[in-house]
Amino acid sequence: MSRLQSLFTRKPREILNIYFTAGHPTLESTGTIIRSLSDTGVDIIEIGMPYSDPMADGPTIQASSQTALSNGMTLPLLLEQVREVRGQTDVPLVLMGYLNQVMQYGPERFFRDAKTAGIDGLILPDLPLIEYEQHYRTLLDAAGLDLTFLVTPQTPPDRIRALDAASSGFLYMVSSSAITGGSSAFGDAQKEYFQRIDRMDLKNPRLIGFGISDHAAFANACQYARGAIVGSAFIRALESGPPLEEIIPAFVAGIRGTTIQNLPSILSSTDRS
Amino acid sequence: MSILTAPSFQVDTHGYYGPFGGAFIPEMLFDNIEHLRRNYLSIIDDPAFQADFHRLLRDYVGRPTPLYPAPRLSQRYGSRIFLKREDLNHTGAHKINNAIGQILLAQHLGKTRIIAETGAGQHGVATATVCALVGLPCVVYMGELDVARQAPNVARMRMLGAEVRPVTSGSRTLKDATNEAIRDWINHPEDTHYIIGSAVGPHPYPDMVTRFQSVISAEMRNQLQEQTGMPNPDMVIACVGGGSNAAGAFFHYLEETSVQLVAVEAAGLGIDSGHSAATSVLGTEGIIHGSKTLLMQTEDGQIIEPYSLSAGLDYPGIGPLHAHLIKTGRASTYSVTDAEALAAALELTRLEGIIPALESAHALAALDKITFQPDQVVVLCLSGRGDKDMATYIDHLDQNPTA
Repeated sequence: MSRLQSLFTRKPREILNIYFTAGHPTLESTGTIIRSLSDTGVDIIEIGMPYSDPMADGPTIQASSQTALSNGMTLPLLLEQVREVRGQTDVPLVLMGYLNQVMQYGPERFFRDAKTAGIDGLILPDLPLIEYEQHYRTLLDAAGLDLTFLVTPQTPPDRIRALDAASSGFLYMVSSSAITGGSSAFGDAQKEYFQRIDRMDLKNPRLIGFGISDHAAFANACQYARGAIVGSAFIRALESGPPLEEIIPAFVAGIRGTTIQNLPSILSSTDRS
Repeated sequence: MSILTAPSFQVDTHGYYGPFGGAFIPEMLFDNIEHLRRNYLSIIDDPAFQADFHRLLRDYVGRPTPLYPAPRLSQRYGSRIFLKREDLNHTGAHKINNAIGQILLAQHLGKTRIIAETGAGQHGVATATVCALVGLPCVVYMGELDVARQAPNVARMRMLGAEVRPVTSGSRTLKDATNEAIRDWINHPEDTHYIIGSAVGPHPYPDMVTRFQSVISAEMRNQLQEQTGMPNPDMVIACVGGGSNAAGAFFHYLEETSVQLVAVEAAGLGIDSGHSAATSVLGTEGIIHGSKTLLMQTEDGQIIEPYSLSAGLDYPGIGPLHAHLIKTGRASTYSVTDAEALAAALELTRLEGIIPALESAHALAALDKITFQPDQVVVLCLSGRGDKDMATYIDHLDQNPTA
C-alpha cells in the first residue's frame, strides 16, 4: 500500500494537503518547509516543480515559480532536496508540475528518480488522459507512483469515471472553474457539483482544491470531501516576513482552526486567497 | 481539389501533424476544447457559415487582396516576385481573416464574451474590430513591453471598445500574453471564446486558424493562373512567428511538392547572440501553450524568453504544422536579424512605395539570402503594413541618415 493509500485508509476526514513551490522563498527552504509542515501534522505535502509557464496556476504561484527559478531551482536539485528530507518524515509527498518538465528530463528516468528520492505521487495538470493511457501508465506503474487527475464542474460523468479509474492515491476536485487563488465561499452550483460527484461512488478519495484559503473554506470543503488542498494562501504566508519555522505552524493552526499563541498578524488578517 | 484530401501535411483525427500537435491542456479547459474539436469542422463547412464568412471577407475586409507583380523588386533580385498584399486588408494585416472566421464560430457556439492575446497588436486590433462588428465585449491581453512598443495599435483597440490588459509576468511579450489569456479562459469557460491569433495552441486551434487563413493561398492560385497561366508558383515565402500567415500562404500548396515553401524566422540580434526567436534552429521538441512542437527551452524544460525587434515574431515556439514542415524538409527556413529586416523594409519602401510591417520585412530580407533563377515565380506574403512600426522605422532612419 502506498503512503497515500495508507493515509486515506487510516484517516477518515479533514485531510490537509499543503502546496508550496520548491525554491521559494529561498533555494534552500524546501527541507525546512517539509519538516515544519510534517511536524505540525499536515497530511500531504504537495511540492511544486517551478515552471516558467504554469498555465493552470494563478498569479501567486506563478510569481513564486519565477522566484524559485531565479533562485536557481532545477529538477535534479529538487529531487536531491527531497531525498535529504525523506529520512526525517513519513508524510506523503506529491510533486506537482507540467508535462514539458517531465518530457525534457525523460519520463522513465524522472519517475524512477522521483520514486527513489521518496516521492509518492504526481499531479501533472496538462497530461492528457489519452497520453497517460498510451505512454505513461506503464511507466508510472513500474515506478510505483500514484497519479492524481483533476475534475472540474464541467467534467462530464463518463469522463469523471475515466479520470477516477486512471487516478490512484486521490482525485483532485477543482472547486470551481477558476485558477488557483480565487475566492473562498461555495455557491449552490459548487455544492451541487460536490454532491453529484459524491453520489458517483468513485474508487478514489477526493480532495477539494482551488480557493481554499482559510479555516472556514477548509471546514466547508471537508463537508463535501475527505479534505482540501491549500496553495496560494500558504505561498503568501511564506512571503509575510517572520521566519518560516514560526509562520508555518501558525498558518497550519489557522487552517485547522486550532488556537495557537502569538499568531502573526498577517495570518489573522482578512487576506483573501 | 485533390490537394485538400491528400493526407501527409493535414492534421490527423487526433490533432497531430506527424509527431507535433495534440491538446496538452488542464482539465479546466477540456470541456471547451473538446466541444470545439467535435464541432469546428461541421460549423465551418456549413454552407451558410461559408457564405457569411466569404461575404464579410469581400464586403468588410476588402478581399481578394491583390497579387502584385513587383517590377523593381523583381529586377533587384533577378526573378518574378509577386507580393500577396495582405497589408491591404481592413485593419492592416492578414489577422482579420482568422478573426472574422472565429467571431462567426463564437456566435455559433453561443459565446457572449471574447478574449484574445496579441503581440504586435495586429491580432488584438482584428479581434477588437470583429467584436465591434458583432457587438460582443472584448478583452485583449498584451505584454507590457509590447504595449509600449506598439502604441498605435493599443490606441486603436481602445477606440474599438476593447479592454487592453497589460501583462507584467515573464518576458512581458506574446508568450506571457497567451498564458494570461489561457488563464482568463480557465476562469470563464462557459461564456467566453478565446480567439487565438496564430496557428498555435491546442488542437483544433492550429487547424482552425490555418483553415481561416487558407483564403490567402486559395486566392493566390486563382491570381497566378490569371497572371502567369499557372496556379502554382515556384516558391512561396512567408515570415513565421507562430505561423498563421505562412500557414495560410502555404496551405493549398502543401501537397504540391514542386512549390518550394520558405519560412522566415526572426534571428533577433543573431542566432548565437542569446537574443533570438529563431525557433527552428534553437528549438527542441516540447510543449508550449497546449501543443507539442518545437520551442526554445533550457535543458530543464523551462521556456526561454525570445527576442525580436518585431513583436509579432517574438515567440519561443512555432505552430505544429510548421514544426512538421520543417522537420520533414517540406519547408526550408531562413533566419533574419533585426538589422536585416529594417534594411529590407526600407528597400521595399524605396523600390515599390510600400511600407511593410516589420514582421513582413523579415520575409523580404530572405530574398537577399536565396539564389533565384530569372524566370522563377516567387510569391512573398506581405502579411501586414508598417503603420504600427513607424516609430521604429523613424528611429532607424534617424540613426542611419544616409540610408
